[in-house]
Amino acid sequence: MPFSSLSDIQNRLNSGQTTAVEVAQLYLDRILAFNDKLNAFVHLDAADVLAQAEASDAYRAKHGARALEGLPIAVKDIFCTQDGPTRCCSNILEDFHAPYDAHVISQLKEAGAILVGKTNMDEFAMGSSNETSAFGPCCNPWDTDRIPGGSSGGSAAAVAAALTPAALGTDTGGSIRQPAALTGITGLKPTYGRVSRRGIIAFASSLDQAGPMTRNVKDTAMITAAIVGHDAADATSVADAPIIDWLAACEAQDMKGLKIGKPKEYFIDGMDAEVRQTVEDALKKCQDLGAEIIDISLPHTEYAVAAYYVIAPSEASANLSRYDSVRFGHRCDNPEDLLDMYTRSRDEGFGSEVKRRILTGAFTLSSGYYDAYYLKAQKVRTLIQQDFIQAFEQVDVIATPTSPISAFKLGEKTDDPLTMYLSDIYTIAVNLAGLPGLSQPCGFAQNLPVGLQWIGPAWREETIISAASAYEFATDWSTQHPAEFNANGGES
Amino acid sequence: MDIDVKKVAMLSRIRLTDDEATELGPQLANIIGYVEQLSEVNTDGVEPTAHPHDAAMPLRANIVTNVNRREELQASSPKIESGLYVVPKVIE
Repeated sequence: MPFSSLSDIQNRLNSGQTTAVEVAQLYLDRILAFNDKLNAFVHLDAADVLAQAEASDAYRAKHGARALEGLPIAVKDIFCTQDGPTRCCSNILEDFHAPYDAHVISQLKEAGAILVGKTNMDEFAMGSSNETSAFGPCCNPWDTDRIPGGSSGGSAAAVAAALTPAALGTDTGGSIRQPAALTGITGLKPTYGRVSRRGIIAFASSLDQAGPMTRNVKDTAMITAAIVGHDAADATSVADAPIIDWLAACEAQDMKGLKIGKPKEYFIDGMDAEVRQTVEDALKKCQDLGAEIIDISLPHTEYAVAAYYVIAPSEASANLSRYDSVRFGHRCDNPEDLLDMYTRSRDEGFGSEVKRRILTGAFTLSSGYYDAYYLKAQKVRTLIQQDFIQAFEQVDVIATPTSPISAFKLGEKTDDPLTMYLSDIYTIAVNLAGLPGLSQPCGFAQNLPVGLQWIGPAWREETIISAASAYEFATDWSTQHPAEFNANGGES
Repeated sequence: MDIDVKKVAMLSRIRLTDDEATELGPQLANIIGYVEQLSEVNTDGVEPTAHPHDAAMPLRANIVTNVNRREELQASSPKIESGLYVVPKVIE
């Protein structure tokens, strides 16, 4: 059971073979047994989880099952939840309790899901390795000396080690897809505007999007179906988004007639040779399944990281100005005056990566530099988006590696922020263009998981879900899991 | 590029210790040096993108939809007195 998919657990619940309480207890036992090794969860209230499960079993008995009835889902510490703390893994929010649930949290509750705690992440989602968390790093279940990726590293590790069957993450520059790739699970960043951002602590408002992290493609579709939809209270939630039959999109078993674009800028000398070979092999498999591989070019790709590291920090510096230690958040001891209170509280509360990004953003937005950096980056963003629009005139989907490397060692890249930034090279352009992107496991390099990234046209998530479903149907990468976590917390 | 880190930090309302400023200065210069490659791109006549779908800001009717939850909303504040946020003295 622990490594069962969400849909398998749903079948067992529906047929009466198990109950929500039994399922919840199994995963609670596993969290207790394994979390010390991984540091994937930063908050857990076992009594509350069991109470939710009891309520779910009672609901099922009385009214029948809702879409995610009794299914445990962990959420990244970035989602506001009325129950328990919401800290975004930052010391500045050490005592924060959100006064309301994020819209997606309300949607999960209404669908009958059981919320199992908050998962570790890079502070304010700023990082690619989960090492900037105020609660300490999270480890990769495939090798606990290595990072799980970031920023949704806790959600990824928790799913990969089956401490929960599924989790929610957020993705600003790859924070769902990169950790999903490095831990051998599936993750989807929906089209920007598809999922409400209300109650998700903002990092970069024009890039942030929430999505599922799961064991397989169908589970990703099940959760996505529950969290999409217009939210009138979020100005960036799009009202007339095309509706998708998410579960029907998972039924694809071949790729006959599918045109897959292979962008030359994503298969380069600087990447790990074994990762490259693994992804090339995956594309050959797609060909066997009937797809046509078409070489394409996305010529502005090389500028994506630079554009992102102007736009994201600029938006972050504005968003994080709200941490003024007046309405919420850490306040320094004995402030001399208002300025001393602001400046010292923020210095004490924010970690070094967050400060680096705020300062970068303040600089690129500052008088005399705005045109050269921020405005220029927004124009380059337009060109990056146009690259994709042109490519999708020729192909149905685009396939790339999710990350140029497999999981690196803890501490390996912390001394040089810029090297860390470059690890997002294959995921960032998707956020700049607002497109949907999905990562799924496609093999191993250095005995560590490798991710295959699918990029689709805006609002056409069904294209990448179908491609990923067909690939998953023909391979067994999604069913593999780290041996160290095989030991059971309950029944098998 | 020479960046006045203390000035940028003050714009951000963050008081850096001297050690932090010494460490952050070169890192910031490094990051800005990297993003400077954007200047190579010809963007003549290209419109900036602020929102991926170029959506207009939606408007809604100005109707009160929430109830008074002052105590809950203030519960996370570092200092509250009689329902007011308390900060160091601003006016002499």
